[in-house]
Amino acid sequence: MRRSNYDVKGLPGFFGITILCLVILYAPLLVVTVYSLNDSNSITNWEGFSFRWYVDVFSGPESQKFKIAAWNSFTIAIIAATAATTISTLAATAMVRGGKFKLRTVSFGLISLPLMVPEIVLAVATLIFFNSVGFTRGYMTILIAHIAFCIPFAYLPISARMQGIDDSYEQAAQDLYATKRQAFTRILLPMMLPGIISGYLLAFIVSLDDFIITNFVKGAGVETLPTAIFGSVKQGIKPNIMAISTMLLGFSVLLVTISYFVSKTDNKK
Amino acid sequence: MAGGAASGGSAATDTYKEARNWLLLPSWVYLGAFVLVPVIMMLIYSFLTKEFRGGVVWEFSTAAYDQFFFDRGLFGDEPARIEWTYITIFWRSIWQAGAATLLALAIGFPTAYFIATRPEQARPMWVFLITIPYWVNLLIRTVSMKFMLRDSGPLNDFLIGTGLINDPISIINTNFAVQLGLFYSYLPFMVLPIYASVERYNFSLSEAAADLYASKWVTLRRVLLPAVKPGVIAGCILVFVPSMGSFLAPDLLGGAKNFMIGSLIEEQFKGNAGNWPFGAAASMVLLSMVLIVLMIFARQQAKAEKEAS
Repeated sequence: MRRSNYDVKGLPGFFGITILCLVILYAPLLVVTVYSLNDSNSITNWEGFSFRWYVDVFSGPESQKFKIAAWNSFTIAIIAATAATTISTLAATAMVRGGKFKLRTVSFGLISLPLMVPEIVLAVATLIFFNSVGFTRGYMTILIAHIAFCIPFAYLPISARMQGIDDSYEQAAQDLYATKRQAFTRILLPMMLPGIISGYLLAFIVSLDDFIITNFVKGAGVETLPTAIFGSVKQGIKPNIMAISTMLLGFSVLLVTISYFVSKTDNKK
Repeated sequence: MAGGAASGGSAATDTYKEARNWLLLPSWVYLGAFVLVPVIMMLIYSFLTKEFRGGVVWEFSTAAYDQFFFDRGLFGDEPARIEWTYITIFWRSIWQAGAATLLALAIGFPTAYFIATRPEQARPMWVFLITIPYWVNLLIRTVSMKFMLRDSGPLNDFLIGTGLINDPISIINTNFAVQLGLFYSYLPFMVLPIYASVERYNFSLSEAAADLYASKWVTLRRVLLPAVKPGVIAGCILVFVPSMGSFLAPDLLGGAKNFMIGSLIEEQFKGNAGNWPFGAAASMVLLSMVLIVLMIFARQQAKAEKEAS
């Protein structure tokens, strides 16, 4: 048998399946995007290209509801991502730069707990908690719950980034009489910035996208974009829902892309 | 907790050892108060007596668990028999999640393998392409799936257009639709860990097998597969666990007949059923199942690591 050009890695059909995988992943998203540009009152028939459903989202009969929901979603996502990033940055510093300690495994378990508990179970637990301590369900309860499940998403890229930074920079700063606080704020923090941005954006998206936990803890009257969309979808998929979904989808893709390129640039340094 | 070892990289130092507890305090307090305490309270609630229309009476009771498993109290005068209604729902959840996991493995493994055998500079781009859909709102993805699978939806149009079928096939509101929805939701989770382990795999092992006249498929099955098994298991768990407790896919794609445990739980709190202790007990059953799966996995990973070193 001729062995010189034998390719052990290539397997027939695997390229085809990979393409199939990408088609499966993207086809539904593309279809929704295309149909959001449909100039028709029904979602079934294609009647030409139009932006009317985008106009409808901003000025149609349901626009007021969507505006309030969008405001809630974005303010909650900004505050939750900020809080989660701050808490995670401090925790990552202790975990990565704090030496060996007994509670390390326990701490990591606690930080990743929101990822291990199924989302619906976390939703139930949070609802029961708010109910038994007497918190009225509303904007604040959504915010409190969001910060909690955003923490692991912010923590993972931040701690990964910190592990990639050699501590000799901070050592050098301290040799030159910088205090530990200065070494942290002037040296470590700026070097960690790509990881922090990446963690912030992921936490932001996760908060913006959450439906299940929000649905449990929101209480009557307070809606975020996903719960408002869910409410409308229950009565059938309407074209304006396709338009609002496409906008939200595009926004998530944009943020993930930024996060990807931010974390990519730092690999070259 | 399998990731615990991985997060403790070699670049770890003790520069901020003195400040350690202060730095960790916010995360301890926050996650303790708003995640750990709530889970413990849920456990307590599952042993309380239900109050009419939501809420609980603070009186110990195993009624919620009895209701889940038996037709009457386990410690009553008459012997209790097993009640299948809820066990069936639980079993269906396992079955649906299992089917979705197998589908994801069938598509995800070849994809992960293909990406891992690309030139090194090209790999991050492929991985990025696979991860993007994960970050799109799950609700929107499930709604898109619903839109795709409708009787008069794009999938049926496409199949009729290509001449494969003459009449639209009804997929929506079946178990299969739910399986497809779960598969679609968590497919990236299958690809990523398998990709990571194939990328680390030493292909000279495959070359050695080829030199000994093993065919490509035999090499894949007997040499590569045992080496990347931890990645495959990790991928299966990452698809299976969230599928088990999912609510959106069965709710939007499955219709009323194809209830899963997530829908059962939701109904106790948001719907008309309003039985909080029962909802808490069902959540505990789900959580225990997930924790058992994760523990077996952690033990296996630890064993594999020990064997490797």
